[in-house]
Amino acid sequence: MKILLMGNPNVGKSVVFSRLTGVRVIASNYPGTTVSYTRGFMKLGGERVEVVDVPGTYTLEPTTEAEEVAMQMLNTGDMVINVVNATNLERNLYLTLQLLERNIPVVVALNMWDDTEHRGIHIDLDKLRGFLGVPVIPTVATTGQGIKDLVESIPRATSPDVPLRSRDERWAVIGNIIDQVQHITHRHHTWLERMEDASAKPAGGIILAIVVLGGSFLVIRFIGESLIGYVLDPLFNNLWAPVILRLSSFLGGTGFLHDIVIGKIVGGEVNFIGAFGLLTTGLYVEFDMVLPYIISFYLVLGLLEDIGYLPRLAVLMDTIMHRLGLHGYAIIPTLLGLGCNVPAILATRILESKRERFIAATLISIAIPCAALQAMIFGLVGERGWQYVAIVFGTLVVVWIILGTILNRAVKGFSPELLVEIPPYRLPSWQAVLQKLWTRVYGFLKEAVPIVMGGVLVINILYAVGIFNTVANFAAPVVTGFLGLPKEAVTALAIGFLRKDVALGMLAPLALSTKQIITGSVVLAMFFPCIATFVVLLRELGGKNMLKSAGIMLTAALLVGGILNLTL
Amino acid sequence: MPNGKQVTLRQMRTGQSGIVVQIQGGHGLISRLNALGIRPGQRITKVSSAFMRGPVTIKVGNAQVAIGFGMANKIIVEPIEAGDEDSVDG
Repeated sequence: MKILLMGNPNVGKSVVFSRLTGVRVIASNYPGTTVSYTRGFMKLGGERVEVVDVPGTYTLEPTTEAEEVAMQMLNTGDMVINVVNATNLERNLYLTLQLLERNIPVVVALNMWDDTEHRGIHIDLDKLRGFLGVPVIPTVATTGQGIKDLVESIPRATSPDVPLRSRDERWAVIGNIIDQVQHITHRHHTWLERMEDASAKPAGGIILAIVVLGGSFLVIRFIGESLIGYVLDPLFNNLWAPVILRLSSFLGGTGFLHDIVIGKIVGGEVNFIGAFGLLTTGLYVEFDMVLPYIISFYLVLGLLEDIGYLPRLAVLMDTIMHRLGLHGYAIIPTLLGLGCNVPAILATRILESKRERFIAATLISIAIPCAALQAMIFGLVGERGWQYVAIVFGTLVVVWIILGTILNRAVKGFSPELLVEIPPYRLPSWQAVLQKLWTRVYGFLKEAVPIVMGGVLVINILYAVGIFNTVANFAAPVVTGFLGLPKEAVTALAIGFLRKDVALGMLAPLALSTKQIITGSVVLAMFFPCIATFVVLLRELGGKNMLKSAGIMLTAALLVGGILNLTL
Repeated sequence: MPNGKQVTLRQMRTGQSGIVVQIQGGHGLISRLNALGIRPGQRITKVSSAFMRGPVTIKVGNAQVAIGFGMANKIIVEPIEAGDEDSVDG
């Protein structure tokens, strides 16, 4: 048996899914968090039942790609748990009625039930059950309230004999239901609602955005630097370095195996960035330089997501984003890209047209450095002075705007307009925020560490065999002549295809000038996506558009790198 | 009923409520707005509008929806005269 979780965007389907299956999925307070489906399993009367978290949809007449996924899923399911936002019953019932018209058993989970009370909404459950003809279970998925009742109601799911209705007929039925089932009493605005009003005003919104984004940046840096300075640096320098030195002398201090595992030890001191062995640089880059910023970035992003701030930022950014051939909601995949480009490119599915998705995905791959690469930029460029970090990021912002403007002119078609529900502000629960942080950090470790280790291994072997010299000589005219980087930087750029954090780490021992490290960072960020991003781009854009996108990346990277080389 | 003075959503004043009269758009737009509950006969309240041809935010039912500038120009509303209405700004 296959159970589908369906409902409007941002009603808590993913939270219900996690409750039912124990599978952790990313849930946030904005429409469109889930863009592809997630499967999980739950026990139901001794049977193992498949549960699918379907992307949110307002209607069974699909208008976006995420909604199309939802439609296709509907034909494969055996029953539907229709998750409904109890605080916005009228709008949510439209999809419910459409589902009831289908020949598939339905149970309704009336979620966010706790919210109805302080919003002054009273719903007569028995009457609602009578009108719909299916079980209706009030739930509070975030606390787990009602989930047991929901599970018990699954066998009672039915498909009432409802005729196919027209749009107007459905709204007429809903109007009648709402009149008899729901009544609203007056109550005072909460302080969260006052905040909503303030952030909806144009001037207040801009001030708030500056405070929120500036504050986020400071907090991310503060947490990241504190973790590095007070936790990870001491661990590596005081505990791990002696272990490495002992292991180094055990392995004889030199030789092929020593080079791969430990790397080069100069003067009896471990240089974790320069050594380039599996247990030195491999571990150090990921755990000491990158992981702290992954943790701090996703903590702050998770808070912004759960509070419900991101759609408000989308409204504010709408005018600017239109110049780039996108609308305001494209800011959400873009922000996700500052964590990792892979989920960001998947998230472009919340955009309506192929054109927008091409522009958004290309811009993210070129101009949005992931948290891992940013951490390395902070670490390596930051030690020369934060004004140089500002040059790197400033360049990327300018590239983002100019390239977006060009793509907007060059790519055929037009950009649809913003149309999005703005969720209420919610106070995030720490448990949910930390749970989501752990899901993302664990995902990072699982994806990144094997590639980093494999990458360091491959680099060492290729070096030993001498292949890199051949490649470096071949690409040297462009890299040295045009970009002004040393010949050895070619290998780093090539490794950028595996992982960009390691690649930037490879530039560190080359004794680059400040100008060279700035050019290197920008070119590395722009010129090609890492392999994980490449695979998603290929899948999401298709081969032909992927080639176009890759061509744009290479051209733009060389051009911008050349300009930096000439002007800095 | 008040007089039949109709305006576009963009022309409405912030804080003003009205009844949607007509959506001057194609099938796609009507369908998307309909799914969000924005349809002729529905009462809405304008919450805000942004600078420089930015989106208009409205309240429909218990939800807030942001609508692009061009779309907001295609939604025709008959304002309800203020007086017995709650002020949004409080």
